[in-house]
Amino acid sequence: MNQLSPSPESFRSSALRRNLMGIYTIWLRDVRRFVRDRPRIIGSLIQPTLFLLILGTGLGTSLGNNGMGAGMGGMSRLLTEHGNSRAAYMAFIFPGILAMTILFTSAFSAISVIWDREVGFLREVLVAPVSRWAVTFGKVLGGATVSLGQGCVMLLLAPVAGVPLTPLMVLTLVPVMFLVAFSTTAMGLAAAARMRSMQGFTVIMNFVVLPIFFLSGAMFPLKGLPTWMTVLVHVDPLTYGVDALRWVTMGVAERPIALDLCVIAGFGLVMGALAVWSFSVRE
Amino acid sequence: MNPATQAPVIEARGLARTFAEKGRVIEAVRGVDLTVHQGEIFGFLGPNGAGKSTTINMLCTLLSPSGGSARVAGHDVLAEPHQVRQHIGLVFQDPSLDERLTARENMVFHAMLYGVPRTERDRRIPELLEMVSLTPRADSLVRTFSGGMKRRLEIARGLLHRPVLLFLDEPTLGLDPQTRRLIWDYVLRLKADHGLSIFLTTHYMEEAEHCDRIAVMDEGRIIALDTPAALKAGVGLDRVQLGTLEPDALLAHLSRRHGLHAEATGNGISLQVKDGAAFLPRLLADLPVAVERVEVHRPTLEDVFLSLTGKTIRDDTPDHFANIKASARRGR
Repeated sequence: MNQLSPSPESFRSSALRRNLMGIYTIWLRDVRRFVRDRPRIIGSLIQPTLFLLILGTGLGTSLGNNGMGAGMGGMSRLLTEHGNSRAAYMAFIFPGILAMTILFTSAFSAISVIWDREVGFLREVLVAPVSRWAVTFGKVLGGATVSLGQGCVMLLLAPVAGVPLTPLMVLTLVPVMFLVAFSTTAMGLAAAARMRSMQGFTVIMNFVVLPIFFLSGAMFPLKGLPTWMTVLVHVDPLTYGVDALRWVTMGVAERPIALDLCVIAGFGLVMGALAVWSFSVRE
Repeated sequence: MNPATQAPVIEARGLARTFAEKGRVIEAVRGVDLTVHQGEIFGFLGPNGAGKSTTINMLCTLLSPSGGSARVAGHDVLAEPHQVRQHIGLVFQDPSLDERLTARENMVFHAMLYGVPRTERDRRIPELLEMVSLTPRADSLVRTFSGGMKRRLEIARGLLHRPVLLFLDEPTLGLDPQTRRLIWDYVLRLKADHGLSIFLTTHYMEEAEHCDRIAVMDEGRIIALDTPAALKAGVGLDRVQLGTLEPDALLAHLSRRHGLHAEATGNGISLQVKDGAAFLPRLLADLPVAVERVEVHRPTLEDVFLSLTGKTIRDDTPDHFANIKASARRGR
């Protein structure tokens, strides 16, 4: 087997085509690896499921016992609809659980960049004749697709949470979830782009991802909070994501839906630009 | 052929790179000039920390030079990094494969990133996998591969987009002798059959002998650049040892007839001459005494390296292995 086939001149394609192909290639790898990794799919669904079933049931029930539920934000209407505080609370946190699933999956997708760097694979990508913006965009799209996939699997728990999903709601949820997934993945990548160790990233995740989740209003209504916390809540980009998801599943939102979507999209763009910049700096 | 390949495949002038570390400026590469021609196997030797990796990283556009310029495959590394990347193949010291994909999937991924059309891809991938004898394992996950198989797969992958120049950074480090020979077979065949230029670093001196030319780097500079034979000729003379029962007569004869000074050893004599292989027939033509044994020791590249840098090239090898193992552990 000595003769290699000759290289035709048609080989070289335009820069844009090459970059688009690069985005697709990187996206495809992430999605393919995810689909193949069953333990990861199941593992990353366990946490949100526990939150929904155990925390939801426990907190929901105790809210009822203490007669507090009715005073909480959008809960009053849910309470009348669902009859008891436990069911109302589950329906209330369900969009928050969706946001949580997406946030955590996205953050951990970003870890794959550090992993790729450690095992050397990132070099293969970075020396390819593909622009860094395309590499970053492919990674963001790949991570966002995986997060969206996880979010969609969580939708199966909607009946358990007492949220009646209509086909129209699902159709609306998918783009909203994708937007949240895109922004959170971009954020994770911006953080991971220059990182060299998995340990450092874990620390960041605990100091950034958990607060983002807690402050987003995923688990409790954002009413009557102390000022310092209200400020943080409004800085938290996921607050707007949770609000948008709640707008779809419950029909009520704290803010105009357009504002929510603009804030998430804007955050995603800024983080995406930051990630592109971090990857582009040639040392 | 591509017109870009007519010019030298690498042309570096005054290539330099400094790093700032804790307020100090470290000059990793201090002005490197080198030219590598098409179809040449160019060896890059030097102790660890000599600046080899920094130089390679600049040539393959992973690192930007802080001084000087370089054209690789006919394109400027700063102005046209994508064109450079499109025309070079890289095999790094540490594997850069996706272990959770199969061998074939790694190849397809690479082909897509480099814009190899599907029809070409479908033809080349089986060809290259066959060349590196990985056809039976084409659809196995790379994580199940041995070190040698991974290296072979990386070489195949590096050739997928038909580069004019292949960078091989320690292509045989940590591999068993049989696999090392196999990989060298591929490399020499690529040069012979396809006129591919190869730029490689190696710790194995016997492998450096395969190179057409060698650059020895130390402390950020190229301190010698020539063919292996010329480098060895420059370092010293051949040592000829003759075993005889009458050393005194032989010493006198050498001094009288050839004007050479020799030393008596335990069971014969020893002398240094410029070209031992050419000198022996002349010596043996009119020997006055019986000689039982003849040995010629030529200087090795190891000697060249030692005399140029004052270090043996393997000084740092244990460290090297430790690093690789450490990174492998972290990867688990």
